[in-house]
Amino acid sequence: MSMNRREMLIESGKLIVLTGAAAAALDKLSGATTEMPEKYRMAEHWWAMTIDIEKCIGCGNCVQACAKENGVPEGFFRTWVERYYVKDWEAEHPEVDSPSGGASGFPESRRAPGKSFFVPKMCNHCANSPCVQVCPVGATFETPDGVVLVDEKYCLGCRYCVQACPYGCRYIHPVKGTVDKCSLCYHRITQGLTTACCEVCPTGARKLADLKNPKDPVHEFLRQNSVQVLKPQMATGSKVYYKGLDGSVR
Amino acid sequence: MRNFLKNARHLSSLVILLGVGAVAFIALRSLVIPADFGKYGHYRAGALDDIRARPISFAGRSACEVCHSDVVETKTAGKHAAVSCEACHGPQARHAEDPGEVKPPRPDAAVLCVRCHEANSAKPKWFPQVVSREHSGGESCKTCHEPHRPKVGG
Repeated sequence: MSMNRREMLIESGKLIVLTGAAAAALDKLSGATTEMPEKYRMAEHWWAMTIDIEKCIGCGNCVQACAKENGVPEGFFRTWVERYYVKDWEAEHPEVDSPSGGASGFPESRRAPGKSFFVPKMCNHCANSPCVQVCPVGATFETPDGVVLVDEKYCLGCRYCVQACPYGCRYIHPVKGTVDKCSLCYHRITQGLTTACCEVCPTGARKLADLKNPKDPVHEFLRQNSVQVLKPQMATGSKVYYKGLDGSVR
Repeated sequence: MRNFLKNARHLSSLVILLGVGAVAFIALRSLVIPADFGKYGHYRAGALDDIRARPISFAGRSACEVCHSDVVETKTAGKHAAVSCEACHGPQARHAEDPGEVKPPRPDAAVLCVRCHEANSAKPKWFPQVVSREHSGGESCKTCHEPHRPKVGG
């Protein structure tokens, strides 16, 4: 059989398209039988969190749950709750307390006129994190899906990152001697669960958010509300968005 | 020129030493640095799998609701509808895995209710709060309130 150039191109074109279609169909078939967690694709997620100050009641459920889920040693915190008290106009000098990280709630301390509210804190999972920049051995890093993690096997415990974090989110684990911090419950969120703190928050003040998922309610939340990150002047690219954040919060 | 050739012996031993050093360095480097280092960035890609492999403690409310549909029904119309099960009952992943063997303890209402509902000036105004001593006079909250649907008579 002899072909001219035109026929040859058409035939080979058909061949390429058909093989592609067959491969895609095969992918779809095999995809339907595999389990969800195995199918987690990092490129499809960009994790963040929203915290609504006006909903936080300072119960400490998040602090307790985080400790249980992640084995956080006593006296150390991956997340904690601060109580702010601002008397009047002196927003630069708020009184802040956090007994046991707020794990068991807060005792009533004052009835004097003034502004008082709770601020849950945690790792901000910064997109341009200072802690990642200073690590000399590549033990702390930002994953392709936007979570700042620690490689315990690589961490030397040099504490550079503890100093670099503007939010005080890191500590040296008293037993392991390596740095420890919020992992945004990476072991949970990559299998379709929410973080432990979000799971137990009774008022829904904390919400895990996937910024790359167009169906995530976070987009509506960010469009409808005034939100702020902590220390925006540090340009860390923080991804923990606070609603109703007072100017006195450090 | 004669001088140079005479001294080349020293140079060649240096070159050999450098070559051996370079080979040793490259060999050692490939031994020490794992193959997946640098796959996503300046870190070990395997660390992600290590972290993902950690066990979970909180099963998540959808796991609870598979079996406890009666509680879901009680909660649905009440004020605690949005509160997840493990917010009060604690981490129950082990119970969810083996419901027959691992039984969750009953939460202590005396500690639990007031953690959220004890009046505090820092709590947002919209949130229902009581001074428990004045509100119940030491009586357990459960005397009047059903925790899954807390409104009295609701």
